[in-house]
Amino acid sequence: MTTKAGTTLAADPSDPSPPPAVRLLRRRGVEFTLTVVAVLLSVYGYCAVGLARYGTVPPGAADYGAGLGVLALLAHLVVRLRAPYADPLLLPIAVLLNGLGLVLIHRLDLETPADQAAPAQLNWSTLGVALFIAVVALLRDHRVLQRYAYVSVVAALALLALPILFPPVNGARIWVRIAGFSLQPSEFAKVLLALFFASYLAANRNALAYAGRQIWRFRRLQLPAGRVLGPIVTIWLLSVGVLVLERDLGTSLLFFGLFVIMLYVATGRTGWIAVGLLLACVGAVAVGWLEPHVHSRVEDWLHPFASIEAGQGAGQLAQSLFAFAAGGLLGTGLGLGHSILIGFAAKSDFILATAGEELGLAGLSAIFLLYALLVERGFRAGLALRDAFGRLLATGLASIIALQVFVIAGGVTGLIPLTGMAMPFLAQGGSSVVTNWVIVALLIRLSDSSRRQYAPGPLPGDPLGEPEGRDGAREGRSA
Amino acid sequence: MTTYIRRAAALCALLLLALLVNATRVQVLQSRAYDDNPANRRPEIARWGQPRGDIVVGGRPVTGSTDTGEQLRYERTYRDGPLYAPVTGFASQVYGTTFLEHAQDSVLDGSDPLLSFLPLWNDITRDRNAGGTVVTTIQEAAQRAAYLGLGTRRGAVAALEPATGRVLALVSRPSYDPGRLSGNGPEAAEAWARLNGDAGRPMLNRAVRQTYPPGSTFKVVTAAAALDAGVVTDLDAPTRSPDPYTLPGTTTSLANEVEGCANASLRYAFEWSCNTVFAKLGVDVGLGAMADTARAFGFNDPGLRIPFSVAPSSFDTEMDRAQLALSSIGQYDTRATPLQMALVTAAVANGGSVRAPYLVERTTTASGRTVAGSGTHPLRQAMNPTTARRLRDLMRGVVEDGTGANAALRHATVGGKTGTAQHGLGNSGTPFAWFIGWAQSDDAVEPQVAVAVVVEDAEAVRGDISGGGDAAPIAREVMRAVLKASDVP
Repeated sequence: MTTKAGTTLAADPSDPSPPPAVRLLRRRGVEFTLTVVAVLLSVYGYCAVGLARYGTVPPGAADYGAGLGVLALLAHLVVRLRAPYADPLLLPIAVLLNGLGLVLIHRLDLETPADQAAPAQLNWSTLGVALFIAVVALLRDHRVLQRYAYVSVVAALALLALPILFPPVNGARIWVRIAGFSLQPSEFAKVLLALFFASYLAANRNALAYAGRQIWRFRRLQLPAGRVLGPIVTIWLLSVGVLVLERDLGTSLLFFGLFVIMLYVATGRTGWIAVGLLLACVGAVAVGWLEPHVHSRVEDWLHPFASIEAGQGAGQLAQSLFAFAAGGLLGTGLGLGHSILIGFAAKSDFILATAGEELGLAGLSAIFLLYALLVERGFRAGLALRDAFGRLLATGLASIIALQVFVIAGGVTGLIPLTGMAMPFLAQGGSSVVTNWVIVALLIRLSDSSRRQYAPGPLPGDPLGEPEGRDGAREGRSA
Repeated sequence: MTTYIRRAAALCALLLLALLVNATRVQVLQSRAYDDNPANRRPEIARWGQPRGDIVVGGRPVTGSTDTGEQLRYERTYRDGPLYAPVTGFASQVYGTTFLEHAQDSVLDGSDPLLSFLPLWNDITRDRNAGGTVVTTIQEAAQRAAYLGLGTRRGAVAALEPATGRVLALVSRPSYDPGRLSGNGPEAAEAWARLNGDAGRPMLNRAVRQTYPPGSTFKVVTAAAALDAGVVTDLDAPTRSPDPYTLPGTTTSLANEVEGCANASLRYAFEWSCNTVFAKLGVDVGLGAMADTARAFGFNDPGLRIPFSVAPSSFDTEMDRAQLALSSIGQYDTRATPLQMALVTAAVANGGSVRAPYLVERTTTASGRTVAGSGTHPLRQAMNPTTARRLRDLMRGVVEDGTGANAALRHATVGGKTGTAQHGLGNSGTPFAWFIGWAQSDDAVEPQVAVAVVVEDAEAVRGDISGGGDAAPIAREVMRAVLKASDVP
């Protein structure tokens, strides 16, 4: 373990590398085909809603398909030009999830004629893709980001603190409202925080892992030196503390999990996991007991039907469970469910209930697997990278997606207490969809780097600077 | 670091597994429990999510459905709602269903498994069949004649086809428009409150759910019992009954409204409705035989359904002789629904046997495939055929010579019995006017209609209430309508 951990920049000897020929395939054609399929699937869903509700293909189908198609095509082109070795699955999955989310929101819009959310979501998606293009085009090497670790942590804390100045919405103080727009700064903060954690841990991982006092006789519970651990724990406590103040439970849980996972991956200390979980349990019980907002969430989770027995009708969680149950194995079909009964959060926190009701367990599992694939591709990029910062950043970004999906999906299906958060790409929410496109852009960049490094000799577009002319020759060979 | 990244990835895989297992639990393993939760509105939404099947009278639907575009999408509408309300009942999104809407609910809302060719297939696809159609036995002309005949007076009419038990008319006044209760808005709530607060009780189905003292119309039952038991053998022989008649075991004496009842023949007593003669006859027949005959006619049967339930008519089985005497003339505890009295006269018209009444001819799918026919209806012998023939003779006499002259029809034989039932404490209430009867066209082989009419009119002057004057003309119009309709083919 010692030797392995020491060789950060060399290829891991235990890492079985596939044959270079396979690695070198750029797979941009695959990406293009899958992206087209993703767009077509979304348009099909849009048409299915119209057919189920009105018996005709909805007039907006062409516009919607064209809009999504142009966005997907632009994203694909920038990947083809600027990150030719990137993982070909990332973009199609993002397009499909975003397209499906737009279909589901449009479908729920039909039930609330006074409150149309799909057009705004399409605008935000456009902005998200624009940022995606900007990141892929401008960020030539992810290692550049390491320099901005402290800038990003300051920005993250500022963003997190910002909503305190604004009035709470539905019990949580997580919104910033300016000129009719509402933003959720914690969405952006999570990427910045992952960036900081990756940068800091990459720089200090040896000190964290091997220095420090041994408080117990078991090596695994050895504490590192306070001056190394101090700053990062402070940052982390600040973030979580602010979030608890703002009652943004989902995000505080996400930050907590993100920190523990990244610390564990950086140091390999199982003890951190143990300490982290212990702290999490103590914190959760304390907050759940003392804080009325959290307490009611836990009560709802334990007794989702309490309000029915009290004669007040079904609560949100009960309605969500009814929706999932109504879907059964195969679902009612797009447009034919009644998940709007959930109420005001149906398009945001509870969008998964609509998917569960109308697409059934089959469709829900497919959505979960899409997320799993996205996460797995993120981890894979991290595994293949040679620099600790890149590895930690990929792991962190993949973990963000995984944890967020788990927290929100577990919440709406009654597995864990409900905490408000947006399902990545699927749920209504501008900040969320923009952030997720940035995450995917970073993963594209990371996967491009990870796959590019196995190419023999220098590469086009490499930061080391190579003549572009050799590109054609390599393409001819790999075809 | 590779190992740790792999472990982190494995943790994420575990989280995914937990999500999938939990989703399977909610969506498959425990879905039935969630579906059946009373707070789950989906069954209601599905129920009103498609047009409800129709109730058909005379080949035309009297119901319909209108698309409101709301969550509970289709609302019930009614053609001639007040006319058919005692038949259809209402189908309200808030207040539930009554009468045929209730009894045939599973056919009308499409949930009856018989509506599908392959019931199992529907279980898999979870499709709901289109609402089925309920074809009634009601004759529009008879129904309308009864409704118009009652007019603004309180009362009810029930008409049957004696040979089959088909219900031809079922009318209750005052009535209401069930369409007012269909929706879930404030109008429905307002209509509900108003109808429930109405002193006239318009939502009460007086034809099947209200029992009245049958008064003199019950004398048909008493006469049947007397003839069957052999207490009377000759219709024209004196019955050796006093006028007034002192109730056995008491000093109370019973008088008549008409002359000539002392020692009258059964024919005279029947035609002019002598209380004394029938009170004594009932006592002579005895409680056991009287109760048996009443039961054979359908009294004391709590299980009668047409297919909605009918309030049981009652003839007390434990009485002293004075009470028996009063019960035998349709007073004391004797109570009958208009439908029950229509059954009594139908039994006379049908040679002494009575068919169980029914209101639904058949049910079909939306496309017209028959789901269920009316089936065979049990036949019960209420009296000997000879007794029935003699009673027919007596009833014809009531119309031709006696109190029921107002029911006579041209080109038809009509039999009847009037009644003026006293009720209330010390008989203080306004009496109910009764008429029961049957009619047979001159060219028909058997009576085509049996009818019972009751008029309860609190507004009328007491002396003006009489079965012959108030109820018989209504019965005549109903019988005329049925005979006219059956002449057509």
